[in-house]
Amino acid sequence: MLQTNLTHILSADEHKQFIEQNENVMICCGRMGPMCVPVYGVMEELEGEYEHIEFADMEFDNPEAHVIRNAPECADFMGLPFTVYYKNGKIVKATSSIQTMDQIREVLDEKFNVIVEN
Amino acid sequence: MESNHFDLIIIGGGPAGLTAGIYGARAKLKTLILNEGTAGGQLVLTHEIANYPGIESTSGYMLGSTMARQARDFGCTIRSNVRISNLNLNDAIKEVEVNEKDQYSTDAVILSPGGRSRTLGVPGETDLKGRGISYCATCDGDFFQDKNIIVVGGGNSALEEAVSLTRYASKVTIIHQFDHFQAFPHAIVEAEQNEKIDFVMNSKITEFIGEDRLRSVTIENAVTGISDKREIDGVFIFIGYVPNTEFLKGKVDLNQWGEIKVSDELQTNIPGVYAAGDCIPKKVRQVTTAVSDGTIASLSAANYIHQKKRDLVAI
Repeated sequence: MLQTNLTHILSADEHKQFIEQNENVMICCGRMGPMCVPVYGVMEELEGEYEHIEFADMEFDNPEAHVIRNAPECADFMGLPFTVYYKNGKIVKATSSIQTMDQIREVLDEKFNVIVEN
Repeated sequence: MESNHFDLIIIGGGPAGLTAGIYGARAKLKTLILNEGTAGGQLVLTHEIANYPGIESTSGYMLGSTMARQARDFGCTIRSNVRISNLNLNDAIKEVEVNEKDQYSTDAVILSPGGRSRTLGVPGETDLKGRGISYCATCDGDFFQDKNIIVVGGGNSALEEAVSLTRYASKVTIIHQFDHFQAFPHAIVEAEQNEKIDFVMNSKITEFIGEDRLRSVTIENAVTGISDKREIDGVFIFIGYVPNTEFLKGKVDLNQWGEIKVSDELQTNIPGVYAAGDCIPKKVRQVTTAVSDGTIASLSAANYIHQKKRDLVAI
């Protein structure tokens, strides 16, 4: 399990339920490495701010994470973490490698149509 | 309403800033740490710390988290992932604006914004990050199993990571802009003795090419000026660090490398403004040296603040 304060998704079933039961979802799939940890940090920071969005992580090396690793939107990804955004259970955006808070905010605001004042 | 005035504001929450926060809060100063990233700074990006005295082995994430918790437990306020939108350091009461809306005032400031990995800054680099371009061998090496890759750089990180990447890649080409390496001799020898590694010296990448993923690069020879295109599966970039001091230009004295000039007490050219960590000139950048800087800067700032308060009482 990843050492973060985010909701941890541990299985493909949990993943399915999570994206089906929540309209707006951001899941970061990674390890505890240099490119991943900053993204978890940003998510933890934004969690209280973007109440319309559910934030979670999933360990990249968990075999069950194939639901993200093998997603067509991640086919060309060659850098951790794989960060995937879902709306009504469908992927609306996926990014590879480290992202800044501004980059993540931009995706959240664009894809989930929820503008939060800084 | 809670006052937005702090005795001490620390800009940057890496080991230097967190240590300064611990010492500041322990000195009964109302202390605020403002951090543009995750508390812990570059420390949290390190897989294993095995040479921090008193701790046999831990992850950078755990050490950074513990430092942040210590600082908070001593009463220090930490705001992470914020952006410094304005800064006035010249007056006796200094002002810091965050995210273009939150205003703070303070008697003293410690600048510890740290540094970040240097990028090449050439076309295609931003778009293909994570799609063939990487800055972390440990993170992304296994995506390049049996692939043909390039490592850019000539320091210890570049050569050591090139060797480590041969565990995955079928071939590793090191591209370096000079005719010699800056790495330690043992790192050079290890790379030279590795059969999977070859070298392209006096050269630099001028363009990354690909749409969904990296397909090729343009390499320019600095001596001949000739460019050629090479098909490649991946590029790892290890060309050092730059201090995060762009926002301080014109506000404190910086040297030619953008590092903040400081005295022995780590004071900048402005009274009441100190600097610590990777943003100041020094030869050795380690967690231990950042912690040392944070200690010195915080104690210097505490002396300054207490003296200032004594002077006010005397008036």
